[in-house]
Amino acid sequence: MRILKMQSKFLEVFLESLDKFGQLYGPKDKNGVLSYDRLEDISELVITDEHPMIPIKKLFHPMQFTMMHFNKKGFHPDYSVIEKRVVLGVHPCEIHSLLRLDDVFLRDPIDPYYSSLRENTAIIGFSCLPTDNSLCLSTDTDIVSEGFDLFFVNLDEFYLVWIGSSIGYDMILEREEFFDYDVSHDDIQMYIEWRHKRNRMFKKSFEFASMPDIMELSHESEVWDYFGDKCLSCGQCSMVCPTCNCYNVTDVFDVTNETVGRRNRVWDSCMFVDYSLVAGGHNFRASRADRLRLWYGHKLKTFGVDYGRPGCIGCGRCVDTCPVDINVLTISEALMTKEVPKK
Amino acid sequence: MTLVEVIENPFKPKAARIVRHYDLIKDHRFFQIRHIDMKKAMSFTYNPGQFIMLSIPGVGEAPFSISSTPSRPGILELGVRKTGKLTEAFFKKKDNDVIYIRGPYGNGFKLDQMFNKDLIIVAGGLGVIPLRSILYYVLDNRDQFNRVFFMYGARTPEDFLFKTEFFQLKKRDDIDCFFTVDKSAANWTEDVGVVTKLFKHLPKMNPRETNAVVVGPPVMYKFVIDEFLKLKIPKNQIQLSLERRMKCGIGKCGHCAIEHLYTCMDGPVFTYWDTLNFRELI
Repeated sequence: MRILKMQSKFLEVFLESLDKFGQLYGPKDKNGVLSYDRLEDISELVITDEHPMIPIKKLFHPMQFTMMHFNKKGFHPDYSVIEKRVVLGVHPCEIHSLLRLDDVFLRDPIDPYYSSLRENTAIIGFSCLPTDNSLCLSTDTDIVSEGFDLFFVNLDEFYLVWIGSSIGYDMILEREEFFDYDVSHDDIQMYIEWRHKRNRMFKKSFEFASMPDIMELSHESEVWDYFGDKCLSCGQCSMVCPTCNCYNVTDVFDVTNETVGRRNRVWDSCMFVDYSLVAGGHNFRASRADRLRLWYGHKLKTFGVDYGRPGCIGCGRCVDTCPVDINVLTISEALMTKEVPKK
Repeated sequence: MTLVEVIENPFKPKAARIVRHYDLIKDHRFFQIRHIDMKKAMSFTYNPGQFIMLSIPGVGEAPFSISSTPSRPGILELGVRKTGKLTEAFFKKKDNDVIYIRGPYGNGFKLDQMFNKDLIIVAGGLGVIPLRSILYYVLDNRDQFNRVFFMYGARTPEDFLFKTEFFQLKKRDDIDCFFTVDKSAANWTEDVGVVTKLFKHLPKMNPRETNAVVVGPPVMYKFVIDEFLKLKIPKNQIQLSLERRMKCGIGKCGHCAIEHLYTCMDGPVFTYWDTLNFRELI
């Protein structure tokens, strides 16, 4: 991997030039909400330490899309969601979340929609500083070593630019004059200071590494009942969690027709009461406590057995979002201390 | 060329024809189906215990156990209870109508550990549908197995599935069949009581040389497994098949997750040993 240097003043012009590699996407302000979306103009891009409310999964595992059309002749895949794209301003935790989703969707048999969206999308990562609820130092997802084409670390007057792929190199070659191949000792020193400064800025942490064992030991814990009583089953945690990948499939007839229609995929959440309901009425997870344990199992424990590490990437969105304060911090603290939070 | 143009879409169901159907009992129907593509029909193979995803366009898609045996290729057999929107639509289909299927999915029963051993098959209610696959597989390859015992319990004689077929098996001397119903009726000549009562008919077993499979409603597993354990059958030689909600069949949609396992990929057949390690299994 090559690491280059670029003066900050070139940033906007350089990013704009990347539209040769695909439609530009990135965080932008949409009615007051920071949201990953198509950029009509580079000036719309908002590079900030804040996370977009809905994580980057929405660009690869869309909230709702048509998988197939059907008619009298059968089912016909619809690949219209796929386009060549360049996503700008992607934080390290988000890149880690895509690597987690890869484990699911690219496992054999691969999901053709997700894999094609991945294959056709370049990722331009950006460093960030911790916000109030950032937990990525705890989950070891504050730094990325793979999963991007270019990665920019902001050291104020200049950026250090990691090249992560051959396409990333092609992008540099478009505007080679902006880049300096010599990174000096002083530059390295500035980078080290930036990391130290950043590491000291984290306000919250939890014992992520201990959680798989603690979760296993706490399977019967009353902590699940306590949080189960509070949980509203609203599913917001799943919508904002970058590694929640569950979806439902529904068939929809075209308005004027009884043989022609679409098979759609739409996000689902294991927090919803009908998540494990089968025909005939048996519900394998009728209680909220059971559903919460499944959710937190995936984030803090069980994803690891198959895929190397649990699902949580420490973005803190569950801390920001849950209306009744159920999140990786309150759950892990209750499991560690056997104390349920005060009302 | 992009990837989607070269790989086959695993979600795309293939057309199949209903070859024949008849009612097993009230609201339970037997279907024979065949891929319309003749090559696909003849090359489609599976393990007993696997399932398919069946689609009716506009209604949806759901998993169904395969009830036929791969030793009789060409036609797939399903036993279906009318219990939801999809099965209601399925019951409206006539012979020669087209439905859509994809699969086979899941692991199936671990046959390799059953060869040259005794086998006890225990079915409760609808659980007999997937077990019919291994039952006929074993009978079609009878020389590969030692003694075979088939126990089946239904609620009443009216709920007894595949009655004619299974009672014919009683005439064979290479399989012992024991049937029971919870509540008897006038013409019932077999046992009465829950399925565990049938264990008294078993001769002396050599537990290490015995495999056991059980499929039935969730409440049944504990009681039947207790009987297997009383016989001292090793925990990894007891296999059971689980039902879960599934939307994809290939480990993507998440619905059938049990801890880190996907019932659709890692199951639906698990050993009793597995269930001890994954507490939510049964």
